[in-house]
Formats: sequence, structure tokens, C-alpha cells
Amino acid sequence: MSYHVNEKGYYGDFGGAYIPEMLYPNVEELRRNYLQIINDESFKKEFELLLKDYVGRPSPLYHARRLSERYGATIYLKREDLNHTGAHKINNAIGQIMVAERLGKKRIIAETGAGQHGVATATVCALRGLECVVYMGEIDIKRQAPNVARMKMMGATVVPATSGSKTLKDATNEAMRDWINNPVDTHYIIGSAVGPHPYPDMVARFQSIISEETRWQLKEKTGKETADYVLACVGGGSNAIGMFYHFLDDEDVKLIAVEAAGLGVDSGESAATTVLGKEGVLHGSRSILMQTPDGQVVEPYSISAGLDYPGIGPQHAHLFKSKRASYVSATDDEAMQAGLLLTRLEGIIPAIESSHALAHLEKMSFKGGETVVVCLSGRGDKDLDTYIRYFGL
Amino acid sequence: MNRLKHLFEHKKGPALSIYFTAGYPELNATLDIAEALEKAGADFLEIGFPYSDPVADGPVIQESSQKALDNGMTLEILFKQLKDLRKRVTIPVMLMGYVNPVLQYGVENFCRDAAKAGVDGVIVPDLPMYEYEELYSECFAKHQLSNIFLVTPQTSEERIRKIDSLSNGFIYLLSSSSTTGKNLSVSQNVEDYFKRIKSMNLDNPVVIGFGISDHESFQKANQYANGAIVGSAFVKLLGSGDGYLEKIPEFIRKIKGSGVS
Ligand SMILES: Cc1ncc(COP(=O)(O)O)c(C=O)c1O
Repeated sequence: MSYHVNEKGYYGDFGGAYIPEMLYPNVEELRRNYLQIINDESFKKEFELLLKDYVGRPSPLYHARRLSERYGATIYLKREDLNHTGAHKINNAIGQIMVAERLGKKRIIAETGAGQHGVATATVCALRGLECVVYMGEIDIKRQAPNVARMKMMGATVVPATSGSKTLKDATNEAMRDWINNPVDTHYIIGSAVGPHPYPDMVARFQSIISEETRWQLKEKTGKETADYVLACVGGGSNAIGMFYHFLDDEDVKLIAVEAAGLGVDSGESAATTVLGKEGVLHGSRSILMQTPDGQVVEPYSISAGLDYPGIGPQHAHLFKSKRASYVSATDDEAMQAGLLLTRLEGIIPAIESSHALAHLEKMSFKGGETVVVCLSGRGDKDLDTYIRYFGL
Repeated sequence: MNRLKHLFEHKKGPALSIYFTAGYPELNATLDIAEALEKAGADFLEIGFPYSDPVADGPVIQESSQKALDNGMTLEILFKQLKDLRKRVTIPVMLMGYVNPVLQYGVENFCRDAAKAGVDGVIVPDLPMYEYEELYSECFAKHQLSNIFLVTPQTSEERIRKIDSLSNGFIYLLSSSSTTGKNLSVSQNVEDYFKRIKSMNLDNPVVIGFGISDHESFQKANQYANGAIVGSAFVKLLGSGDGYLEKIPEFIRKIKGSGVS
């Protein structure tokens, strides 16, 4: 079975480009050109160099000894939190701004939830001298204030999205509206593995560096390129697809994607898309999304702004339906506890998004000797307020 | 029989179409508004079925959609309301909305119920052309529904030709690539674009929409097209409080201007 996109832009039943005509010329321009651009030798060289010297890649694969001891398995953390700007989002932002430049675009727009993608985009725009507008839900602007300040300092304009749930979904709507109204000189840097084809594939390719490095790092450390389990959290799914990418065809590697259950999957306050969702179309692709029987998108909830999204990318929908990866969830409470645990055992404060992936370790049972890789997608600096308030520290 | 064809073949002068969101400002006003619009002189109608995430719409239609959803509007309810459509309205009626509610309702069911109600065409901007062609064109044809495609200044000539060949009602020409509710400004570029489309001698009538809000923009659009569509400006009127039905004749008269029937 192929887990990758076909020539029509689909992953099994999912994907495609469900966009109004106003977006068609831009998306089509991208579709026609993206593979040629990113496979070009000079592009690859420049991308690699920036990842190395600017982002600080390769990101370490860290053997978390005390965490391993606690759970009875050999646990490695893929340290995307150590990237410049503090999360995996920068991998994609660098790739896409280089694509935008080669398409001759002068203005960059983005949506952001936790602010990590907004910061990454504002950063690469500062780096390349391009105008940057970031849409962010009004609620997220409040709960991720440090990232708003960082974006502004980089020279980006942060525009609050005030419709709907005032979170990531609505920021994405606003970014799409901006793109409709600026059809010629603007590139939309989508921050997750969502959106119309070719975005999910392009984002996955840029994030696939995570698993590419992990393979040789595992080989160095364990003598074997693969692990028994690979875990990542899923909002739209970009860190997870990057973490899974080069393991997809190794069917003995168990892939586990952790969604945000919020207050619990049955609480009505959740973002566990594969549990609560059905097939449908959101933000330009056919995937799985949380919706009413009438096809209205349901407002999700998670304590973590980056996972507070009612859908998942189409490739994830395919991995879910084909059962290549298992989709599980962690509640707010489980994630917060896991975040504190990592801090106390390893001296690493994870982003609350990443804490969701860590929380699943608690529910796994190991015989001993298994190798586990968890994608530590980001650091927790942006979340200190939430952690401190939650634990009353 | 085909109301759209009949309209464009027999209409002298420009046709005026009005868009409104079903379920706004009140859940059960759909047919009252439609009837009032026909009486006031509208030539055809677009009835919007609301969606939670209308990415092609500006604030006015976004808000009307949210209010309609809050009022409880669903496709099921809309089709119930439309049972009496052809007892009260004779002009062509399109349904307009986003693809996800249609997919959940089932495309086949949607086409069947639309046809049963006497609807003439469907405008679903985020339904991809390839998917319509491969999966749904037969269903539309079976139920004699026109699928209406959008064209923007950035749409290539090749694609416009393709759209023309797939269309059998009219082509919805956007004055610029924009969300709904902006004002039409006819710059030299826009004029060149309108002229370019006109000189293509398309098989289908062309109707200009997005940004048509008053007599002036209506007139301008009709120098180049067979008609024009007013959306946000009318939805604003619906939101202006009690007595909105009584304000409809005056609204239509002003847009059409005196002497134009
Ligand atoms: C640190 C971190 N991890 C994960 C995510 C979720 O996004 P994705 O599922 O695309 O990786 C975010 C999103 O903002 C994030 O900031």
C-alpha cells in the first residue's frame, strides 16, 4: 500500500483541492512547480545549509534515561524543541519561504495556533526581508502572549481572528480570505500538513527531515535504524507526519499519533478528531473532521492552542483509515502531568502540544528492551503561564 | 421549461439577481423574501445555505450565515421550506453554499431534493471541477440542475473555455479575486478583463457578481455581461431590523434605476 500522495493529489480517499476558483490559480501554480523547485540541487543545498546553520540541525536524538527507567523501555526524544524558534515549525517555514521566493512572491501570510508557526514564519520573513501578516485567533493571542510579542518584534503584523471559536480554525479561514483578496503577489505558508493539495505533501516533505535524521541517529545509538514505537502529537499533523515519514514503509515500526482529548472525548470539550470526526471537507481537503450531522464544523477544545483544531491532515486520515498508524488521545490533565514529569525527570520543559505525546507513555505496557522515539515537537517557554496556573506553582 | 435558458433568451436589458442567506434574519423567512424579491422585480435568485466556515465570504455574509445557523437552519429544513417554492416564485432559483454540507447530505440526495423543489441550479464554489466532472455531472444532468462555475481575472483562457463547455446555465464572473462584500471598482484592468471575457464569445451567458451593491455598479457590470448579482448589500438590508420585507421594493428599484424593467 502506498501511504503517499498520488498524482491526483489524494491519499486513498483523502486529500484533493476543494477550493474556490479565487484560490485556484495560486494553488495550481504551486502544484505545478513545487516538486521541481524542491528537488532542484541548488534548492536542496540552500535548504540544508539553512537547516544546519540557522535552525541548528540535526536536532539531537536524546536518550532520556530517567524517563526510560520509569516506563521500562529505551526512550529517545527527538529534540525539535532545540530548533531555532523552539519547535519543528521552522523546518516547514524555511522550505516554504524558499519556494515562495522562487515563485516570485513578495508578501507572506500565515495562520497560527500556538504561535510557533507564526513565529517561525515571522522569523524567516525577517531573514529574507519579506512582508509578513499572521492571522491568530483572539483566544490564542491571549494564551500565547510571548509568541505574539516575538512576531511583532520580527516586524510581522498579527491580525486577530474574531469569528467562530477564535482559535486556529478561524485563523486559517482568515488567512484563506486574505489569499483570495491578494491573488498575485502573496504566498500562504500553511503551518501544518493540511490544506489543498499540494500543501499536505509539501509540508510533509519539509518536515520529513525529522525522521530522516532519526534513522541514522538510531543506527548510531542502537545499531538499528528503526524503533519499535514512534510517537507524536497531532494538531493538523505536521510534526507527526515528519516523525513518521521515513518509517511508513517499515510496517514493523508501530506509529502512534496522539490527539488532544481536552476535558475528555465524551465531554463535548475535545479535539480528538479521529474519535469524534467523520469524513468531510475542511480548509481545502477531504479528510476527517469534527462536524454536526448537517456538515457544520464543530468548535474543538484543547488546553493546547496548537492541537485545538477540528481536523487532521489528509495523509493522517489515510494512515488512520488504513490502520498504518494508531490514533489515540490524551486529556488536558494527562498532558499537563506528563509535561511536569518530563521537567522533573529530565530538566526539559516541553510544549503542551508535545506533552500530549509524552502522556501516552503512561498508557503503554512494555516488556522491557523496546525502543521508543517520542517527537518533542516544541519547548514549553510559550506555555509557562499555563503550566504555572495549572499547577499553582 | 428551463427557466434559466428562458430568462437569458427572452430578457431585454440586464438581469438582476439577488443573493440572500436562508434562515437569516429569521429561520422561516426564506419564501417570504424570495416572493418579495420576485414581486419587486428581481430576475433570478441565489438562496444561500449557511456554512460555519465560509472562506469565500466577507463579514456581512459570514455574520448572516452564523445567525442562520444559530436560528437552526439546516439543509433538511431548507428543503422543507422549499416545498412550496414553485407555488410562490416563478423566476429561476439557484442554491449557493459550500461543499461540506452537501457531502454530508449526500450529493445524490441534494440534487434530488433540489430538483423536486424546482431549483434550477447550484453554485458550490469549493466543489472542484474535476470532482464535478467525474462524479457528479451525471447526477446534475439527471435532475436538470445547472452547475455554475466561477471565473476570476486570474482564471486562464484555457480554463474559461473548459468551464464554458461544462456549463449550461451561466458563468459567474467575479469582478476581482475577492471575498464577498467588497465594492466594485472598475479600473482599466477590470475593464480590460471584462472586455477580454466578452470577446471570447462564450456559449453561456455571463453574470457578474461580488462587489455589486448599487445602481452604478449594476450598470457598469451590465455593459459587459448579461446580468449582475447583488449579495452583501441585500443581506445588509435584511439585517436592518423589522420591516425588512417592506424595504425590498425600494431596494430593487434603486438598483435597477428608473426606466429599466
Ligand atoms: C510545539 C508544537 N507541537 C505540535 C503542534 C501541532 O501542530 P502539528 O500537528 O502540525 O505538528 C504545534 C502547533 O502549533 C506546536 O507548536
